[in-house]
Amino acid sequence: MTTPDDRMPEQPDQPHDSAQPDPAVSGGTPAASAASAASGASAAVGHSGDPATDARPKRTLSRRGLFGLAGAAAGGLVVGGAGATAVAQATASGTSGAADSYAFFGANQAGIVTPAQDRLHFAAFDLSSTASREDVVELLQDWTLAASRLTQGLDVSEDGAVGGPSLAPPDDTGEALGLPAAGLTITIGFGPTLFTSRDGIDRFGIADKRPAALVDLPHFSGDTLDDAQSGGDLCIQACADDPQIAVHAIRNLSRIAFGRASLRWSQLGFGRTSSTSTAQATPRNLFGFKDGTANIKLEQPEIVDDQVWAQKTDGAGWMAGGSYLVSRKIRMLIENWDRVALGEQERVVGRDKGEGAPLSGGTEFTEIALDKTGDDGRSIDTAAHVRLAHPSQNKGQQLLRRGYNFVDGNDELGRLNAGLFFIAYQRDPRTQFIPIQRQLSQNDLMNEYIKHVSSGIFAVPPGARNADDYIGSTLFG
Amino acid sequence: MRKTHLAPAAVGGALTLAVLLSGCVANNPASSALTVDITDDGCNVSAATAASGAVKFTASNKGTQVNEFYILADDKLRIVGEKENITPGATVDYVAQLSPGTYYTECKLGMVGAGIGTSKFTVTGDEVALSGTDKEQSDTAVTNYVAYIKEQTDGLVTNVAAFTAAYVAGNDDEARALFPTARTNYERIEPTAEAFGDLDPKIDFREPMATEDGIPFTGFHRIEKDLWAPAGFTPSTPAERQELADGLNANVKQLFDLVREKDFTVSLSDISNGAIGLLEEVATSKITGEEDEFSHTDLWDFQANVEGASVAYGNVRDIAVSKGDDGKKLVEKIDKQFDALNKQLAAYGSLDAGFVTYDQLSTQQVKELSDGINALSEPLSQLTHTVLGIAE
Repeated sequence: MTTPDDRMPEQPDQPHDSAQPDPAVSGGTPAASAASAASGASAAVGHSGDPATDARPKRTLSRRGLFGLAGAAAGGLVVGGAGATAVAQATASGTSGAADSYAFFGANQAGIVTPAQDRLHFAAFDLSSTASREDVVELLQDWTLAASRLTQGLDVSEDGAVGGPSLAPPDDTGEALGLPAAGLTITIGFGPTLFTSRDGIDRFGIADKRPAALVDLPHFSGDTLDDAQSGGDLCIQACADDPQIAVHAIRNLSRIAFGRASLRWSQLGFGRTSSTSTAQATPRNLFGFKDGTANIKLEQPEIVDDQVWAQKTDGAGWMAGGSYLVSRKIRMLIENWDRVALGEQERVVGRDKGEGAPLSGGTEFTEIALDKTGDDGRSIDTAAHVRLAHPSQNKGQQLLRRGYNFVDGNDELGRLNAGLFFIAYQRDPRTQFIPIQRQLSQNDLMNEYIKHVSSGIFAVPPGARNADDYIGSTLFG
Repeated sequence: MRKTHLAPAAVGGALTLAVLLSGCVANNPASSALTVDITDDGCNVSAATAASGAVKFTASNKGTQVNEFYILADDKLRIVGEKENITPGATVDYVAQLSPGTYYTECKLGMVGAGIGTSKFTVTGDEVALSGTDKEQSDTAVTNYVAYIKEQTDGLVTNVAAFTAAYVAGNDDEARALFPTARTNYERIEPTAEAFGDLDPKIDFREPMATEDGIPFTGFHRIEKDLWAPAGFTPSTPAERQELADGLNANVKQLFDLVREKDFTVSLSDISNGAIGLLEEVATSKITGEEDEFSHTDLWDFQANVEGASVAYGNVRDIAVSKGDDGKKLVEKIDKQFDALNKQLAAYGSLDAGFVTYDQLSTQQVKELSDGINALSEPLSQLTHTVLGIAE
């Protein structure tokens, strides 16, 4: 591994980890190979064009101009094949089976059907009260450029962390030097208040473009939401297999936003609680149960198209290829949960704790039989979590879940401030999250052990097609 | 106040300001020629307007004491041009390169105290491209900034004297009213004052820092604690008050003297970094409300820091502009954010009319101010590189 000092000046675009790809270790473990292959086919749904070209930022954006960062935009090379390979698996810390890097440009934003990485840094932003429509567009362009670089394992700009003038602060904050892309995806979304402010003002002339599906979420039974930890004009979901990489992304994108938008709230997640690919092992949430067994997987393209991607015919044409993100910070009262007998825990969830098999019998991936009694005489309770969340109980509607475990220290009573930062993607929250959550919030046995403390809903637009495009161009263009 | 002191700014070379000024303008024939009649109580410029470009002032001191002639920017803080040491009976020429805008002219009798005959002076016409070599431009910026530092220490001595007099006399209401503005001059030039390592701790340390450094807790904040005594605090006796007042007066006088020593100067990067440093000062200790923990008059300091940053920036702004498109874009951004921040601050008051106290601001209001500081600090942090690092 070379250090930054070893970089050749004519190669400013080296990845953080500029080790040469070694064909012998490319792809890493079988799991990673499978995921990479899958992402090539499906995660990159519509991710088109030559990645080597696509990843090359061409436009001169405001921040570049401002900093006088190197005229020749992409003098250097571009990292290996997007969505695949390059950096040896040995340097990747994760077990998610995610690839080492994913293409940024494409028909859909990455970070949705992409195999869920291990770590999350999620951030919600409010635009400055003085921000104009031009400022918003410029910010989205700057974020797009930065994200297109960061996701390829590059510094935020060509000058980066150590390549700039010594009299100026570095463009890149530097903590990712020497680290690979770690499967980083950066996914940008628009909250309802981007379209109409809390005071009812159409600040950016886009109120009439607000999709009908981007509703204000209703109050659900038991909600104890903290407004300061909820909502936001914009959001960024940064997922990676290395927490330092995810944090580096949010930190640098926040810095780019200064003067135009500032952080409203943010959340770290340390362990994925869903699989979004059949190549991934099912992880566990902080209740100790496997989570996301029956999740939508990228290998199910028909279901993905039907349940995840907004379609042109859905109403807001600019959202075609996008999706709707609902975030819910769910505090788990884990101390109480831990004192619940195993059988009762399993009754609440509706699955067995060890294997993750439904109580109606079989193994983890056996289809849930809601009305069947298993060999051990147990069946799925009428108010068990898996029953109420099951598509058959929700008019066939599903969610692509992409949540993360969190522990934010402890509360003043000495209890871990822990839980699930729930993220779900869907085609229309009005027919998916809202009715499902209404049902759960009223009847779920699990409600005794959880509390929803923050909430967000964001329209996640389609991807930027190439380096001349930006996230949000279909809305603002 | 801050714990990490900047390197002392003084450099050895004895700079003669007058020489620099004339050197700066030697090859520029004046486009306007005006006269200045200086008397002991007047400062009369022959016209209140001029065309942009080189403006020649022929100043005649018809009074009885040595005098100075100043041209101030529209903030009445930043010095755009200065001719000092005009002796009685003397007539001197001074040429200033003036861009379109509003200025103020004034004289200073005996070279200290308040300005005399302060008058609005309007320049119209085309923008004036900065002329002269890098060295000349730099010298002009330094000359004007040093003059401004002296001006501020002058005000500091006067204002601290009035403040401490009220404090010693036991007129606590008056002293409390004077406290925030007695600090203003200091807060405007804080990085310079901090460059004199042992002076800032005596003048402006807060109690925890004095304790950490094992030095007596003196200066502004010790007096502040007397005037806004927290519960359980034993206020100073009259004798102790006298001692604290004498100490503060002596220390600000020492600062006044130090910046008038013959070899005192600052570098261009001191000015540029001073602008950045003043904003960082706001971001670290003012935004948290910890600076004036007893009086909660942080917004006065906040405003003074921002003014100080604005003046320092104003002194090197033209140089940044002369560095091409990158420089122009940078100043556009910085100008915009200074305007925005000043508007934000104006919502809470002014130095003249007073501000609301910091404990009255909501968390949301403090966050908005913090966002404003961040918005300005990011582009401002590029200033030194643009001014010094980009070759023309």
